[in-house]
Amino acid sequence: MTTVPEVLFKGVSKRFAANAAPVLDGIDMSIERGEFVSIVGPSGCGKSTLLKLVAGLSACTSGEIAVNGMQPKNAREMVSFVFQDATLLPWRTVERNVALALELEGRTRDETAAAVAKLLELVGLAEVGKSYPRQLSGGMKMRVSIARALATRPRVLLMDEPFAALDEMTRDRMNEELLRLRGEQNWTVLFVTHSVAEAVFLSSRVVVLAPHPGRVAHEVVVDLPYPRTGETRESEAFDALVNKTSKLLREAYRG
Amino acid sequence: MKSKLKLLLNSVAVFAALLAMWQGIIWAFAVPSYMLPSPWVVAKTFAMRLPDLWASTMISAEAAVGGLLASIVVGVLIALVFARSRWIRTMFYPYTILLQTVPIVAIAPLILMWVGQGILSVGVVAFIICLAPIIANTTQGLVSVDENLVQLFLMHNASQGQILRKLRLPHSLPYLFVGVRISSGIAVIGAITGELFAGSGQVGRGGIGYSILYAQTQVQTDYLFALVIAATVLGFTLFFAVMFFEWLALHHWHESAAESRADG
Ligand SMILES: Nc1ncnc2c1ncn2[C@@H]1O[C@H](COP(=O)(O)OP(=O)(O)O)[C@@H](O)[C@H]1O
Ligand SMILES: [Mg+2]
Repeated sequence: MTTVPEVLFKGVSKRFAANAAPVLDGIDMSIERGEFVSIVGPSGCGKSTLLKLVAGLSACTSGEIAVNGMQPKNAREMVSFVFQDATLLPWRTVERNVALALELEGRTRDETAAAVAKLLELVGLAEVGKSYPRQLSGGMKMRVSIARALATRPRVLLMDEPFAALDEMTRDRMNEELLRLRGEQNWTVLFVTHSVAEAVFLSSRVVVLAPHPGRVAHEVVVDLPYPRTGETRESEAFDALVNKTSKLLREAYRG
Repeated sequence: MKSKLKLLLNSVAVFAALLAMWQGIIWAFAVPSYMLPSPWVVAKTFAMRLPDLWASTMISAEAAVGGLLASIVVGVLIALVFARSRWIRTMFYPYTILLQTVPIVAIAPLILMWVGQGILSVGVVAFIICLAPIIANTTQGLVSVDENLVQLFLMHNASQGQILRKLRLPHSLPYLFVGVRISSGIAVIGAITGELFAGSGQVGRGGIGYSILYAQTQVQTDYLFALVIAATVLGFTLFFAVMFFEWLALHHWHESAAESRADG
């Protein structure tokens, strides 16, 4: 028996109106369990749309997506989404924000308390559980957002430019931490970013999307060993991969 | 702290200057007291007739607060309906604007005719004048929720009820308070306008509006001035009460209701 891919795209196309040009066209891709796949591409090429299809928040116009062999809508319980903005509820404390998903699934406060404490520990925010989001820095907010996404113990993590609003130093640190967490929990990640360097640093594979309509132009396998650290960024192999991917991205732009 | 004290001193100085000007005009032009009583006379009347003023103010306050509370309940319900569909919104929204632009003095007599004399119809006038800001602001709050947050809730299989209770309602609370703040200022105007049409009663049993009419027919200009002051104080009190509740409800988390801490 062959293993079921964690996320499978079969001829996926998406158009938002019957007479509109397709946003995504003929996407074929298979993502195996434990892979970290980044998607890079110019703005407006359909990266967010692609993630929303996987999350079952929007339906394919043609083709299909299978998450662990299931329709995206039915697989939601094993999937979490992290948005570009931390999208925290400002009227809830950090703790209550992290507890949100568990609460929506009907778990009581007592049940969630232990899980929330552990998650805050994991992302290094144990001290600020009682604070409100407005008291946190951008990086801390994003950690809360990630902790919230991890609360439901997802197998698949969808991240839509989660660190785009952060300064470079914070972003680098968050990248390293994300890899550390993945080392512990081994999710499959679909990660959208504008930054080729970020994509190469994080991923086992980088997918370059070409615009109008959005389609897979190239795939770059990143064979740098995990765990990756700050030193990985200084290696020649890393530079070579960043250059190669940047070049492919520029070509995709030109069409 | 120092600048606040200075601000207070400045306000007091302006107030004193205005009183001096008022007294100066009376002296300079020999204005008779029934046209313009002096500040001193007004103050004396205010103190002497405090029980009457208090009774009138309480009656007006009851109508204004009652109308305001009713407008919050009804306004939020209407906003919930508006927020449900863009279709309903575009169809009925023009009428809320109409509600705001129809001069209240023109419809007050109609309300009195339909509802009857008494505090109920006065409250209804206040209610109508308060309604539009509540509807407009709360609707705005309910529909301006970040689409990503709605999707996050949907990702975790939230029901529409959960989205309403845990997302749309708390998100719209600051917006509701903006509406209530605006309405608290005009609730008193509504109540007094209603009372101006509310027919007979005795001084001390009628609200501020009725007492104004009575004082006018009796040419008690000093008492008229005292009533104006009472109405102003009532408006201010209501406004600050709303501000207090707003602070109570929002200061933990909302930027406008609390000084935000610098973040890095
Ligand atoms: N809900 C929607 N309705 C109509 N058009 C949409 C919708 N969402 C996205 N689009 C369009 O699809 C295209 C791709 O958008 P998006 O997936 O957000 O791109 P990216 O994330 O790569 O910047 C854009 O042209 C955008 O206008
Ligand atoms: Mg996007």
